[in-house]
Amino acid sequence: MKEFGYVRPADAAEAVATTYADANARYLGGGTNLVDLMKLGVETPSLLVDIAGLPLGQIEATDDAGLRIGALASNTDIAVDRLVRDGFPLLSEALLSGASGQLRNTATAGGNLLQRTRCGYFTDISKPCNKRQPGAGCAAKEGEHRNHAILGASTHCVATHPSDFAVALAALDARVEVESPAGTRTLALSDFYLPVGDTPQHEVALEHGELITAILVPAPPDAARSRYRKVRERASYAFAIGSVAAVVVVDDGTIRDVRIAIGAVASMPWRARLAEAALSDVAPSAASFAAAADLELAHARPLRDNTYKIPLVRDLIVATLCELTGVPT
Amino acid sequence: MADHAQRSTVELKVNGDDQVLYLDHRTTLLDALREHLDLTGSKKGCDHGQCGACTVLVDGRRANACLLLAVAQQGREITTIEGLSTGGELHPVQQAFIDHDGFQCGYCTPGQICSAVAVLDEAERGWPSAVTADVAAADVRLDAAEIRERMSGNLCRCGAYVNIVTAVSAAAKGGA
Repeated sequence: MKEFGYVRPADAAEAVATTYADANARYLGGGTNLVDLMKLGVETPSLLVDIAGLPLGQIEATDDAGLRIGALASNTDIAVDRLVRDGFPLLSEALLSGASGQLRNTATAGGNLLQRTRCGYFTDISKPCNKRQPGAGCAAKEGEHRNHAILGASTHCVATHPSDFAVALAALDARVEVESPAGTRTLALSDFYLPVGDTPQHEVALEHGELITAILVPAPPDAARSRYRKVRERASYAFAIGSVAAVVVVDDGTIRDVRIAIGAVASMPWRARLAEAALSDVAPSAASFAAAADLELAHARPLRDNTYKIPLVRDLIVATLCELTGVPT
Repeated sequence: MADHAQRSTVELKVNGDDQVLYLDHRTTLLDALREHLDLTGSKKGCDHGQCGACTVLVDGRRANACLLLAVAQQGREITTIEGLSTGGELHPVQQAFIDHDGFQCGYCTPGQICSAVAVLDEAERGWPSAVTADVAAADVRLDAAEIRERMSGNLCRCGAYVNIVTAVSAAAKGGA
């Protein structure tokens, strides 16, 4: 690990000013991903700005029955919170399906959104990687890519975003609150993650030094049912090879509202808007769910060794929506 | 680039004792415990937060000491395997691991035991897990499936899992 300075700012404004002033400074929250990447030589900050002591860990109800999750709330804090468990169980399910009890106690909400891909070539500095070193090439395209992207990837990068939480947040139309020297702004999670294109090194729509202060989750629609389901290669403590977060409202035998986000398929949590549009105002059935999933996955561009993800995600969408709407698979 | 200091003083309370250390910022909590305080019970397995051998309690919650920078733990209370027994009396989870043969080579055991102590506390608080049928349910019953899920961050290469589950289950029931 390279040497680095360490400071503990008194408040968010000082944290932001300090980080803006040093292009090679990084915020330290829980550090479960950053410290690991520093050990691997992938991250080499000159300065760590430790924000863990700032009062940004509150989880509270908003006036419009939504939820405001402070950026420093740990995965555990959120998953076990009574407001979350009762009103936004999808978030608890997603968080509890990820990592281990030890890591969930340490990792924070803001860091969860900003965590980097677990692509083995990104984390191995002896291998070419366009995300880590723009222009170096991508070793994953022809290499070990069983768990890489099938949607939205480019010829420059085929890595996936590893978060479970972000997939659930995408289905709930969450927004991200950000502080900069110019003030506070919020942006939709769908605008937060950038398309890969030819700049895989630019993952999120934040300037250097901008600080995530909270995640805002609007109230789910009335009578909505929701579920997070995750498939992985062992029963626990593994990243998804496919996941789905779904929120659905059925009234009088018709789907009135449906939101579907899928994970482990793209560089960002993938909102399945084509599938959603196809299900608007139709009667729930396994056949209609399968047709909608097929419409979304018609755009999949699998690699040599991850074609399995297409039927996996299709079946996951169908099974989850069948469960939520009470129709047979 | 600004010229930053590379070392700082950090105050920790470790197993009840105040400690003041002057450390290179790169020092993890695990290395501070093992190399600076001679508390070698916490083990370095993978050193990447994947195996759980370094599990300690930080302000009562379990964490991977290998991924925590020591300098960032200013003022925190750390409990390691050496701090679980009181006055020569083993912690009930330690006794349960002995009674039920919850280990073979023993390398992962300090982490397993620290993790299990926290699991009992988490269940007591009614915190759900990924295998809890309803995350909104108030109470948790620590059956074998719950114990396996909650202990999944602690790997055992000897494969002593069957007896580890039995030991944790026995400790949860209040008997060693």
